[in-house]
Amino acid sequence: MNKPLRRIAIFCGVLILALLVRTNWIQYVQADDLSSRKENKRVDIERYSIKRGDIIVDGKAITGSKDTDDSFFQYKRTWKNGPMWAPVTGYASQVFGTSQIENLEDGILTGTDDRLFFSRTLDMLTGKKKGGGNVVTTLNGAAQKAAFEGLGDSKGAVAAIDPETGAILALASTPSYDPSTFAGRSNKDGDAWNDLTNNPDKPMLNRALRETYAPGSTFKVVTAAAALEHGLYDDVDEKTKTPEPWTMPGTRTELPNHGGNNCEKASLREAMRVSCNTVFGKIGSDLGKEKMIETAEKFGFNEEQFVPVRSNASVFPTELDPSQTALSSIGQFNTSATPLQMAMVTAAIANDGTLMEPYMVSELKAPNLDTVEKHAPKTLSEPLSKPNAQKIQQTMETVVNEGTGTNAKIDGVTVGGKTGTAETGENNEGTPFAWFISYAKTDSGSPVAVAVVIEDSNADEAVSGGGLAAPIAKDVMKAVIDSKG
Amino acid sequence: MSSSTHTSTIGAIGAPSRRNTELALLVFAVLIPIFAYANVGLAINDEVPTGMLGYGLGLGLLAGVAHLIVRRFAPYADPLLLPLATLLNGLGIVLIWRLDQSERLQQASTFTAGAPNQLMYSALGIALFVGVLLLLKDHRVLQRYTYISMVAALVLLLLPLVPGLGRNVFGAKIWISVAGFSIQPGEFAKIALAVFFSGYLMVKRDALALASRRFMGLYLPRGRDLGPIITIWAVSLLILIFETDLGTSLLFFGLFVIMLYVATERTSWIIIGLGMSVAGAVGVASFSSHVEARVNAWLDPFGCYADSGACEQIGQSIMAFGSGGVLGTGWGQGNSDLIGFAANSDFIFSTVGEELGLAGVMAFLLIYGLIIERGVRTSLAARDPFGKLFAIGLTGAFALQIFIVAGGVMGLIPLTGMTMPFLAYGGSSVIANWALIGILIRISDTARRPAPSPAPSPDAEMTQVVRP
Repeated sequence: MNKPLRRIAIFCGVLILALLVRTNWIQYVQADDLSSRKENKRVDIERYSIKRGDIIVDGKAITGSKDTDDSFFQYKRTWKNGPMWAPVTGYASQVFGTSQIENLEDGILTGTDDRLFFSRTLDMLTGKKKGGGNVVTTLNGAAQKAAFEGLGDSKGAVAAIDPETGAILALASTPSYDPSTFAGRSNKDGDAWNDLTNNPDKPMLNRALRETYAPGSTFKVVTAAAALEHGLYDDVDEKTKTPEPWTMPGTRTELPNHGGNNCEKASLREAMRVSCNTVFGKIGSDLGKEKMIETAEKFGFNEEQFVPVRSNASVFPTELDPSQTALSSIGQFNTSATPLQMAMVTAAIANDGTLMEPYMVSELKAPNLDTVEKHAPKTLSEPLSKPNAQKIQQTMETVVNEGTGTNAKIDGVTVGGKTGTAETGENNEGTPFAWFISYAKTDSGSPVAVAVVIEDSNADEAVSGGGLAAPIAKDVMKAVIDSKG
Repeated sequence: MSSSTHTSTIGAIGAPSRRNTELALLVFAVLIPIFAYANVGLAINDEVPTGMLGYGLGLGLLAGVAHLIVRRFAPYADPLLLPLATLLNGLGIVLIWRLDQSERLQQASTFTAGAPNQLMYSALGIALFVGVLLLLKDHRVLQRYTYISMVAALVLLLLPLVPGLGRNVFGAKIWISVAGFSIQPGEFAKIALAVFFSGYLMVKRDALALASRRFMGLYLPRGRDLGPIITIWAVSLLILIFETDLGTSLLFFGLFVIMLYVATERTSWIIIGLGMSVAGAVGVASFSSHVEARVNAWLDPFGCYADSGACEQIGQSIMAFGSGGVLGTGWGQGNSDLIGFAANSDFIFSTVGEELGLAGVMAFLLIYGLIIERGVRTSLAARDPFGKLFAIGLTGAFALQIFIVAGGVMGLIPLTGMTMPFLAYGGSSVIANWALIGILIRISDTARRPAPSPAPSPDAEMTQVVRP
């Protein structure tokens, strides 16, 4: 009987061998795949088992991590003043995922980034508890507060940039939302999420980066820059060749001016002060679409920005007939811009023609507070020369000193600005947007450029752009100047 | 050494009993689980568990008693079987205790702490082990109970089908509940069947082997010899159909084929057996939705993960193995409790996979492999055909069970509800497996016992007297 016994022994050996091969297959070959599958809750359990790192503003954390008694996910994300900071931080929910900085810097915040490998290994060897790193932002708490509170109950957005570095100082969007309400995994969190996503006011839309508005008259500074850069006019006080009334080329339509202003042969400075449509419309049509597109794109139009959160591309249309070029040049037709884009335009002018790349993460820190990465300011482009930039600064300062933007005046500080109102909808029946862009200048240069947009406002530029948006811009600029001085 | 007063005869050099080897190995088999226990406590609660002394003493005491009994009543037994079983049993209790600490499992309404019960079952198992060694002086006694064993096995197998007694747990009706205890009669039926097959085949092996017709290169048996095989096949199918338990059917049928092959030395039995098992399994799979679901879950666990409980179970189990990786998360630091249902019984091997990793799983498989190897060796060494058949039957069943359970939770074959011997939570399994080890030790003792030295014969001395 021993021969079959030996064969049975081999058979049993084959059974065990099959198991050994199988375990090698699933625990070695397929291990990575299995351990990171979407069905595998361990990924999230691990993720929420550590204290998530914080997002830092002005040296203080604006986020936190709460130890819950949940048997699946130990820590839950919290925010200090969530609605105010939501456009900056984004959300980090146990169920609904992450967005914006919480999403882009997730590796640092959860401590799993490859760049943290060394510190992770060190912590493992020394038995230190795992933790997440911090993300230091460029935001200015006072400016953000001024922007958020200034917007109040209205729908709108504010973007403020340091023109000299491109650092984003404020990024507010209203109506906003509190990411804390759906950070967990309870039914209450799910209801809050559903309420927010079904809300017709879209509170989770980051209007400062992701919504494009027709820029209206604020776009005229870009057109003015194009006129100077392409040599159409050499000086802002030179009389322009503008007839009154002016009929758009190829049409029989006369381009109207606001409030019946007569803009015949008005200089650029005068045209900027009273916001002449005819002057800038004619500049656009005289330069032609190619030159307008060139300048607009130098300012960042038609391109997405990554700050590092993605900002929608602002649009300067490329398929235009001459009358459409004229309309586009006064910020109508299909021209549209994010608040960030208009802040970039303002910043480029305030920084004497150099556009710095906007950014809002200045530093990434390891859990042990070592610096992992530091952002160095970079030049994005040079849309206009220094003399031309300074000429446009003069016109914008005129707007604030004696034009539509007097509400933005700050004592002892040079302020330049431009109001805007954009009509929307078929036959301009939609609610208009009120715009105000401005910069402040002190002896040591320009510390802040800001763009404010408010939806749903009065069509009169002086009332809306100057009356609603300018005071917010002023408060934001003042907050930045005060915090620096 | 036997008495060597007579220098004139070459005294048999007594085979070493290896009891001291066994004792040394047992010390490790007790210490390793104690360290594992401390490890779990440190990982989960940052402190050495308070029950450690009690647990260590309990395990040590059980192992000590078992060893002393073996030393006294089966001195030539295989030295590896007892330590290996003790090690598995001890680690099994630690694994169960570790899962008892899981907050997620504690939240389930059906949660009961398993470790204290398992320790009690282990004590009962070792008591049965001791009982086997004390009462069964010679395994050949069991030959007398061939047909009684058959009846017992059939009764045990059919018990779960008795209304009011059987329980349906997650689709499989393999349990009965008696006085609050759940018993899996199949575990005991395994041993009874092995007794019956050994006794029956020992008598019939010549008829089965020789009286056959050659057909297409195969030796086909006569109808009357084929009878019992058909019966077993039918019984397996009945189990499969009425208890929806693919594993047990496969186990019994495999057991029978192995023993038949060993008894008759005819390869044709293997082919016939495989053919019948495949036919039976395919036939039932196409009728039973339960078996079909298991097969689908095996083919693509993640394809139906969200829709089917069977798919989710096997998916969770495979993910536990995968998440463990090569070295595992360490005792108490995995999340194998996500499997939820039956995490500490049918799926206990997934916890090994996650917390001890590929290294741990391979170590466990090799320990099981060693037990099987010792069983086969016992069978080879046994001097009587009954003992040979009995030992290979028990060992083969053990090996098949390992393959079916571990293969199931690792997604190698369709999952069926069975327990990993010694590791899994469940009284029936632990007790029956201790009895199995007891019987193997008894057979190996008989096999390795030196032949009794010839009785001193006065005549022998006489022949050397040269008369003057």
